[in-house]
Amino acid sequence: MQQRQNHTASPSRTPAKNDPLAVQAVLIGLTLLFFAGFIFMPLALVFSQALSKGWQLYIDAIREPVALEAVKLTLLTASIVVPINAVFGVTAAWAISKFSFKGKTLLVSLLDLPFAVSPVIAGLIFVLLLGSRTPFGSWLGDHGIKIIFATPGIVIATLFITFPFVARELIPLMESQGREEEEAAITLGAGGWRLFRMITLPNIGWGLMYGMVLCTARSIGEFGAVSVVSGHIRGMTNTIPLHVEILYSEYNYTASFAVASILVFLALVTIGVKTALEQRLEGSHNTRH
Amino acid sequence: MHPFSKRQRRILPGFGLSMGYTVFYLSAIVLVPLSTIVISTIGIEPERFLAAVSSPRVLASYRLSLSSAFFAAIFDAGAGFLTAWTLTRYRFPGRRFLDAFVDLPFALPTAVAGICFATLYSPATLPGQVLSRFGIELANTPAGIVVALIFIGFPFVVRTVQPVIAELETEIEEAAQSLGASRWQTFRKILFPHLFPALLTGVTLAFARSIGEYGSVIFIAGNLPFKTEIAPLMIMSKLDQFDYDGASAVAFVLLLISFIMLLVLNGVQRWQQKAYR
Repeated sequence: MQQRQNHTASPSRTPAKNDPLAVQAVLIGLTLLFFAGFIFMPLALVFSQALSKGWQLYIDAIREPVALEAVKLTLLTASIVVPINAVFGVTAAWAISKFSFKGKTLLVSLLDLPFAVSPVIAGLIFVLLLGSRTPFGSWLGDHGIKIIFATPGIVIATLFITFPFVARELIPLMESQGREEEEAAITLGAGGWRLFRMITLPNIGWGLMYGMVLCTARSIGEFGAVSVVSGHIRGMTNTIPLHVEILYSEYNYTASFAVASILVFLALVTIGVKTALEQRLEGSHNTRH
Repeated sequence: MHPFSKRQRRILPGFGLSMGYTVFYLSAIVLVPLSTIVISTIGIEPERFLAAVSSPRVLASYRLSLSSAFFAAIFDAGAGFLTAWTLTRYRFPGRRFLDAFVDLPFALPTAVAGICFATLYSPATLPGQVLSRFGIELANTPAGIVVALIFIGFPFVVRTVQPVIAELETEIEEAAQSLGASRWQTFRKILFPHLFPALLTGVTLAFARSIGEYGSVIFIAGNLPFKTEIAPLMIMSKLDQFDYDGASAVAFVLLLISFIMLLVLNGVQRWQQKAYR
């Protein structure tokens, strides 16, 4: 249930008769006002709060061992989740875009399910499935495997949350590209793997990267689901967003915003990469309707 | 035999493998885990289920989640439409920059957005003080929740309306104007009805997302029982008390609402596709 990926198309022509300049000025002014209040003020606040007690405290808050552990766990989670969901995304997009079969519409809407589920519920389902209270969870516990309130739980919940990103990006892209190129390659005697590597992968490269960027951003920033399954053991099962919350609830605002500024920085990088990729992606979409 | 194969000629390889893996992974990560809510809800005796879901505190949280998501979506309809319009129709310095920042709510972790709004509108900081001089209190109020949800839903509206505005045929406008319609009439009678299905889709997306939203809301909400507790928070607090049945029951109803929204969205999108054919 994400936004439908429409790579911001800038119209080639502006309407011959555009709105009067006065109307334009008022509407642009209102837009700027909204952005100032809802987008730029919060961003500025993060840095002003983070640096309110000087650079030294800022750096100390980030270099604190517990904060570094949180960074490590977050990066570990993203490095497991993103490749797994990328492989799935490519596989699902291949099946859905290159073949016709019964129940395709249903399958595509099932892929979107995680977007419709509250993050808290996303965490809850894994507690219900794998927690020590359940038969399966207690069996795992007897064999020394702890999933809920431990790192594997965070990874699994994040897998669920970021499940649709790559597939959602690739399905429309591969559908618009059709299957002629691949069919020609097969007719010319190319094997499956060779076909994928030489034809499909270069065609979907930018789209795949775009999906992976969105997937990475979400897996780093996920809060609700991870909060349910983490059990909040400081320095053990804290991701960066959870660490931000703990510091904030301890009234340690400066440190909280200092750690949050890492996430803001990553969000800005995500926006930059996203914008750059969108321009390239416009070329990959084959507009044959 | 594979349930989907209908023995038609397939030139490309890998259907069985890719379909098999897709269905397997979808089941393992999404379908089986989600079914636990249904299974554990069925396991609760009906009276206890009803008691959990219809306690005044839980009912208040559903009401709050739905109403704040609704008001935020309405606000986003205006702000999102306006932004989509100015960004696609007008040329002004900084336009591309603003366009990129529409996605900030997608990219910024919800917890960060949460602490930002909570701090921004607390009585301790300037924006909060200015607003409270005008009698607007956002910290620990439903209005504050709406502010956080406006932020969360905003890009959904912009990104669904923007491409439709970009593809507007200028000929239609010109025809309307050459027939003597004023700009406002052209907008109201021709452009807006054409853009409305997309706007409705975007607003529904924003609303659906807002119902389950947690991270950006809980900080500014203050989580006062009966007043500013959202439904996802009720699940959380029942879990904290190891009341798994209660948490499942509350989650079951919330999930039901989300699925109804999904169906509504499907209908709206089908209508939109019909409108733009």
